[in-house]
Amino acid sequence: MTLLAVDDLVVRYGAIEALRGVSLHVDEGEIVGLIGANGAGKSTTMNSILGVVRPVRGTITYRGEPLLGKPPEAIIRKGIAPTMEGRRIFPSLTVEENLRLGAAIRSDRQQIQADIDRWCAFFPILGQRLQQPAGNLSGGQQQMLAVARALMSNPKLLLMDEPSLGLAPLLVAEVFRLITQLRDLGVTILLVEQNVRMTLEIADRAYLLNTGRVEFSGTPAEILQHADIEQAYLGGGKSSRPASAPMGAPLT
Amino acid sequence: MNPISELIQYLVSSLSLGGLYALMALGLVIVYGILRLVNFAYGELVMVAGYGLLLFGESPLPFIIVAILSVIAAIIAGVAMERVAFRPVRNSNAMTMLITSFAVSTLLQSIALLAISPRPRAPNLPSIFVESLTLGSLQVKIVDLIGIVAGVLALVSLTVFLRRTVIGLALRAAADDFTMTRLLGVPANRVISAAFAISGMMAGIVAIFWIGRTGQTYPTVGLQPVLIAFIASVLGGMESLKGAVLGGYVLGFLTIGLQTWLPQGVNNYRDAVMFGIVILVLLIQPQGLIRPSYSREVR
Repeated sequence: MTLLAVDDLVVRYGAIEALRGVSLHVDEGEIVGLIGANGAGKSTTMNSILGVVRPVRGTITYRGEPLLGKPPEAIIRKGIAPTMEGRRIFPSLTVEENLRLGAAIRSDRQQIQADIDRWCAFFPILGQRLQQPAGNLSGGQQQMLAVARALMSNPKLLLMDEPSLGLAPLLVAEVFRLITQLRDLGVTILLVEQNVRMTLEIADRAYLLNTGRVEFSGTPAEILQHADIEQAYLGGGKSSRPASAPMGAPLT
Repeated sequence: MNPISELIQYLVSSLSLGGLYALMALGLVIVYGILRLVNFAYGELVMVAGYGLLLFGESPLPFIIVAILSVIAAIIAGVAMERVAFRPVRNSNAMTMLITSFAVSTLLQSIALLAISPRPRAPNLPSIFVESLTLGSLQVKIVDLIGIVAGVLALVSLTVFLRRTVIGLALRAAADDFTMTRLLGVPANRVISAAFAISGMMAGIVAIFWIGRTGQTYPTVGLQPVLIAFIASVLGGMESLKGAVLGGYVLGFLTIGLQTWLPQGVNNYRDAVMFGIVILVLLIQPQGLIRPSYSREVR
C-alpha cells in the first residue's frame, strides 16, 4: 500500500528552481533511498513533505490525504516523524526532556515512560546521560538522540535526512544497521543520503536526484547498473576518486 | 542605626526590588526567546493590570481578588496582543515585529489617555503597602517582605511549569529551535500564546508591586518597567531565562546599593552611575552575565 506519494513537485527559492517536477512514492514497510549530490534537491524534497518549504506546484499525499499547505505540526500528527540534517536536538534541554518532547503528540503517560526506557535500552549511552544537557553529547550520541526522539512519537513513516553525515565510519555502519532494525519493527523509512553505497545496501528502492529532477529510480541493483552513477557517485571506472577511499565515507 | 540593621535592611530592599526586576525581565525574555522580538508593548500589559487595580479596586472585593483579577486582565491582554497584532506579521522580518510592538504600545497608551485620563489615578490599595515592621532599630516595609516571597514563588512555579509540563518543555525547546519544535508536532500558535500568557502574568504581578510602590497608575506607567526589564535582560543575557533573573537581581541590588551608599551630593546621579556600571559590564562581557552555553546554529 502506498503510504506517501509525491507528484510533480516544483520548488523555487527566488529565481532558483530547486525542484523541477519530482515524483516519488513510498510503500508501507519499505526503505526508500533518496540519493544524489549536494544541491540535487534531496533536503528540499523532504522539507516540502514536512511543510517547512512551500512548493509552487505539485501534490503530496499521505495515505491518500493531501498534505500540501498544512503546517508542520499538522503533518507530524498524521504519523510522520523526521530526523533533520544537522540533528537539531535541543541543546539546553536534558536528554530525557528531548525524548519526552518527542512524544508531544501523545498523551499516554505510562506508555511514554515505557518508550523512554525502551529507547534507552536500545541506545545505552542515552540512558546513562538521561539527566545531562543534550548539548553535552558527542555528534554520534546526538544523532542517536535525534533518532530516538523521532521514534518517541510512534511514527508510521520516518523521514531521515543525512543521518550518517559527520559520523565516524564505525558509527555510520551502526546507523545503517539501526535503520534496517527499525524497518523490521514496522517503520517505513524515506532515507535521504549522500552515502550512496551504504544506502543502496539497505534500501528496497531508491531515487537518484540530479539538479532537481529524478534522474533514475529502481532497485539498488538497477541503479548500480545505471552507468552514470557509477561515475558520478560511486567512484567507479574513470572517476578521479582514490581507490583507497574508505567504505561508507560520504561521497560528494 | 547599627551596621547589622543597615545590612539587613539593604538585603530586604534589594531582594524585593531585585525580584520585581527579575519578573519584569522574565516577561520580556520569555517572548524574546521564541520570537526574537523585544516586545516594547510589554509595558502596556503592566498598565492594563494597573488600571485593573483601579477598576476592580472600586468594588467591595477583597484586595487579593482584585489583584488576581488584574493579573488575569494582563494575561488576557497579552494573549490578545499576540493574536491581533503580532500573529499577522510573524513571518515577516524582525524589524516589522519590533515596529509593530511600538505601534501597539502607543495605541494602548493613547486609548488609556482618551478613555480614562491623562492624569495619574490612585487605586485603592490596602494599608500593608505603606506599613512597616519595626524590630528595635530595624525597620522593614511589609510590602518588601511580601514582594520577596511573591518573587520567589513566581520564579519557582515558573521553573516547575517549564520543566514538568509538555507546553513548558516546548517553550524552552522553541527558544533553542522553533522549527524543530513544530516538527515534533507542537503547534506554533499554542507555544506563542503560552509565551504571551506568561509575559502577561509577569506584567500583572509586577504591576501590583510597582504601582503598590508609587500608589499611582497612568497611561505611561509601563514605560519604566519595560526599560528596566530590557536593561536587566541585556545585562543578564537575552538568550536565557536564568540570565533575565540574574540581571534583575543584580540591577535591584545595584539600585538599592547606590541609593544607600552614594554620598549625598552624588545621589542625583544615581541612574547615571548605575548605567555606567551596566555599560562597563557589557563592555567586558558583551553577551551579558550568562552566556549561552551552546552556540546557536545559524540558519
